Amino acid sequence: MPAFVIRRLLQSVLVLGVMSLLVFAGVYAIGNPVDILIDPQAGQADIARAISALGLDRPLVEQYLIFLRQALAGDLGNSFVYNVPAIQLILERMPATLELALAATTLAVLLGIPLGLWAGLAPDSWQGKLIMSGSILGFSLPTFWVGLLLIMLFAVELGWLPASGRGPTTEFLGVQVSFLSWDGMRHLILPAINLALFKLSLIIRLTRAGTREALLQDYVKFARAKGLSNARVVGVHVLKNIMIPVVTVIGLEFGSVIAFAIVTESIFGWPGMGKLIIDSINVLDRPVIVAYLLVIVFLVILINLAVDIVYSLLDPRVRIGEAQA
Amino acid sequence: MRREQTPLQRIAADFGESRLALSGLALLALIVLAALFAPLISPQNPYDLAQLDVLDSRLPPGSRSGAGLTFWLGSDGQGRDILSGIFYGLRISLMVGVASTACAVIVGLSMGLCAAYFGGRTDSLIMRIVDIQLSFPSILIALILLALLGQGVGKTIFALIMVQWAYYARTVRGTALIERGKEYIEAATCLALPPARIVFRHLLPNCLPPLIVIATVQVAAAIALEATLSYLGIGVPITEPSLGLLIKNGFDYMLSGKYWISFFPGIALVLTIVSINLVADRLRDVLNPRLQQ
Amino acid sequence: MTEPTLRVENLHTHFFTRQGVVKAVEDVSFSVAPGKILGLVGESGSGKSVTGYSIMGLVDPPGRRVAGRILLGGDDLCAMTSEQMRSVRGRRIAMIFQDPMMTLNPVLRIDTQMIEAIRAHTSVSRVVARERARDALAQVGISAPEERLLAYPHQFSGGMRQRVAIAIALLNKPELIIADEPTTALDVTIQAQILFEMQTLARDSGTALIWITHDLSVIAGLADEICVMYAGRIVEQGTVDAVLDAPLHPYTHGLIDSVPSRGRRGEPLRQIPGMAPSLLDPAQGCAFRERCSRADSACIDQPALSIPIAGRQLRCFHPMPSAAIA
Repeated sequence: MPAFVIRRLLQSVLVLGVMSLLVFAGVYAIGNPVDILIDPQAGQADIARAISALGLDRPLVEQYLIFLRQALAGDLGNSFVYNVPAIQLILERMPATLELALAATTLAVLLGIPLGLWAGLAPDSWQGKLIMSGSILGFSLPTFWVGLLLIMLFAVELGWLPASGRGPTTEFLGVQVSFLSWDGMRHLILPAINLALFKLSLIIRLTRAGTREALLQDYVKFARAKGLSNARVVGVHVLKNIMIPVVTVIGLEFGSVIAFAIVTESIFGWPGMGKLIIDSINVLDRPVIVAYLLVIVFLVILINLAVDIVYSLLDPRVRIGEAQA
Repeated sequence: MRREQTPLQRIAADFGESRLALSGLALLALIVLAALFAPLISPQNPYDLAQLDVLDSRLPPGSRSGAGLTFWLGSDGQGRDILSGIFYGLRISLMVGVASTACAVIVGLSMGLCAAYFGGRTDSLIMRIVDIQLSFPSILIALILLALLGQGVGKTIFALIMVQWAYYARTVRGTALIERGKEYIEAATCLALPPARIVFRHLLPNCLPPLIVIATVQVAAAIALEATLSYLGIGVPITEPSLGLLIKNGFDYMLSGKYWISFFPGIALVLTIVSINLVADRLRDVLNPRLQQ
Repeated sequence: MTEPTLRVENLHTHFFTRQGVVKAVEDVSFSVAPGKILGLVGESGSGKSVTGYSIMGLVDPPGRRVAGRILLGGDDLCAMTSEQMRSVRGRRIAMIFQDPMMTLNPVLRIDTQMIEAIRAHTSVSRVVARERARDALAQVGISAPEERLLAYPHQFSGGMRQRVAIAIALLNKPELIIADEPTTALDVTIQAQILFEMQTLARDSGTALIWITHDLSVIAGLADEICVMYAGRIVEQGTVDAVLDAPLHPYTHGLIDSVPSRGRRGEPLRQIPGMAPSLLDPAQGCAFRERCSRADSACIDQPALSIPIAGRQLRCFHPMPSAAIA
């Protein structure tokens, strides 16, 4: 088990190293780093000073090492727009994105698993077919367009929910969150539904396929032969088996939820990292772009690592296999 | 027993058994035709500024313009006919989706075949890159590239190629490895047939069915992703608006109740994606060798 | 003769598929007495497993029992509600499946899977249920049962898993155990051990046993009575000694003849020509007709069940001369 974790950890560090190299190559080698890292409005003398301060007159390899050292120290340059460290800007916006992503994932799981079970247990009933058609639609509809429809219907036409912003936040465990106040919750509902939709469809499909697969297995028949109630067979024997792939996918997809939050945040004016990156791209605030890319790559790697470890805890076969290896 | 049929005839016959798939195909054909003949069927050339009149802007569906033209789906902020905008937008959306998928298929196919045929270090290097890339969300990869490269139709296509190729590489390698292990390939190798012949005559044809299915689904995914990127303002430029950009242009007006500027291009986008997915779903069933008996 | 534990009367189980009705079990009748072992023999697809599932009330849709009675100690299982049937399963009838690798749930510990089987039928505390589970494991010859309770199925070998499955079947001391080819997937030595233990168990506890198999050599050493099934019907029935020594049905004869034996070393292996018929669209008359060397125009009609000798039943117009094998 520890050997497995260490191996995965090393792998992650390696991937992070490769990604840093790619981002570095993108910023320093393809583009002109002077344009990217120094405010274009600065004067000649300032630019010259900045070039030597940033080490842009040195060889590429040396520049990469400097970039790496500064990145490790958390220094990814100052935002042109806000004139504060880019990394600080990202970290300030992160809780909003995480809250949105968690709300969406929770919604997708709470609705997706029961609906998927239902569709899997009664695939030929009209409810089962309706659930499946809905999930196919959820896959086909582009997230941003659904977001627009939600705003059009619930904010503009019906006026039930706000169209934009995060609303008031409350402090919870040292972080500002929306979901604790009624008004904050009202702001959270539409973006969370919007972001959840695609994952909901995914979880429904996965749960349904897993359920149908499990129902054909001998262990389910054996469980019935033991005289277990239907609730116990489905709730324990089937559910516990399909939870392994479902939890893995939910975990792996969490990175994608954070990435797709870019779209939802832009539509609903949700002040998270995603809206920040789009705004930064539009005004060419490059240090923020670089910082965002590194932070999100780091997050995705971290999530993948965590999922692998949780997976090994969930599935006794993997756990034992690793312990013996 | 069926009478003798070419594989293509059989596939066509099987495909036709699903009415849903056929209607998807018909819808898709209509959409493609509308895109191809956009200049002929559009009531207006939306990019000829001489034809536009600011006085006609933001008219609801069914209104008539000052020049006597009927805006069946309304007009946008610059007095442009939405219907014409959609026809022209479809061209860009479909072109980006199809071109990026076609290129990505070629790249992925070559990489996958290389990995499977050469094996060893080449294989592990290519597959490691594929693994790493697939562990990142597609939108993130496109975003990274476009953030570094800037806007543009060509750049968007490039970003979508980079997003997609890894899927094909993995699929092709998987199928090719299974085929490579079979006896007829060993026989061909023993006969000292040139590697190119083995790869193209034996490995390639077996990799095609799964590739076609994935590529069809991916065209829809690429169109959706392009629309999303353009909606975010980092995809195609304003001079060549795709459906995603049309939707973005209408967003601000939507809050004041002028829904049609965003709504109708969105419908066109959804119909395109759904029709492709219907066709892809049926293709998957028809081309799946496990279901053919 | 004592009252039989189980009596199956004219059982029909059909599968209503899109292609048509598959008559998997047709007019099957037999009975098993307490402490006796009945061998249900046939090729794959002959309906022997579906017969077992029919008794358990576990036939998956689109299949269902369409006619017949299944009497367990006088109670008709076919007339029971699903809740009554649930309380019969695992308590009065237990079942053991073919592949021990697949029958235990891979993600649940052995103790969970045993305790739930007890508590589904008796309201006892977890502690008591656990003790009973431990004793059952010891009874089937698993050493260190206390530790083994905490293990997951994949930590056991195939033979050990089948013992666990048998232990689970024994937990509630059932009147009847249906064993569906439980030793086919195992090594010959382990197979022999398990056969011996099951035989002893049936004799000692008075549990009736239905042993479903395609392997005549297993039945020869194990069972008291034998039913030979072909294409959903029982074609021959009798005591093991009588049937195996002097088979009357050409199919039974062919089955016995195709078992390789040392006495015929060097000769080509014998087999029954042709393949088992499709049950989807069965031809009129005797289903074995196409593969039978004795068939003639009479076999166009379905032969009725006859009693040629006391204690034997047969479905054939042209039985083998009884001295054919002896």
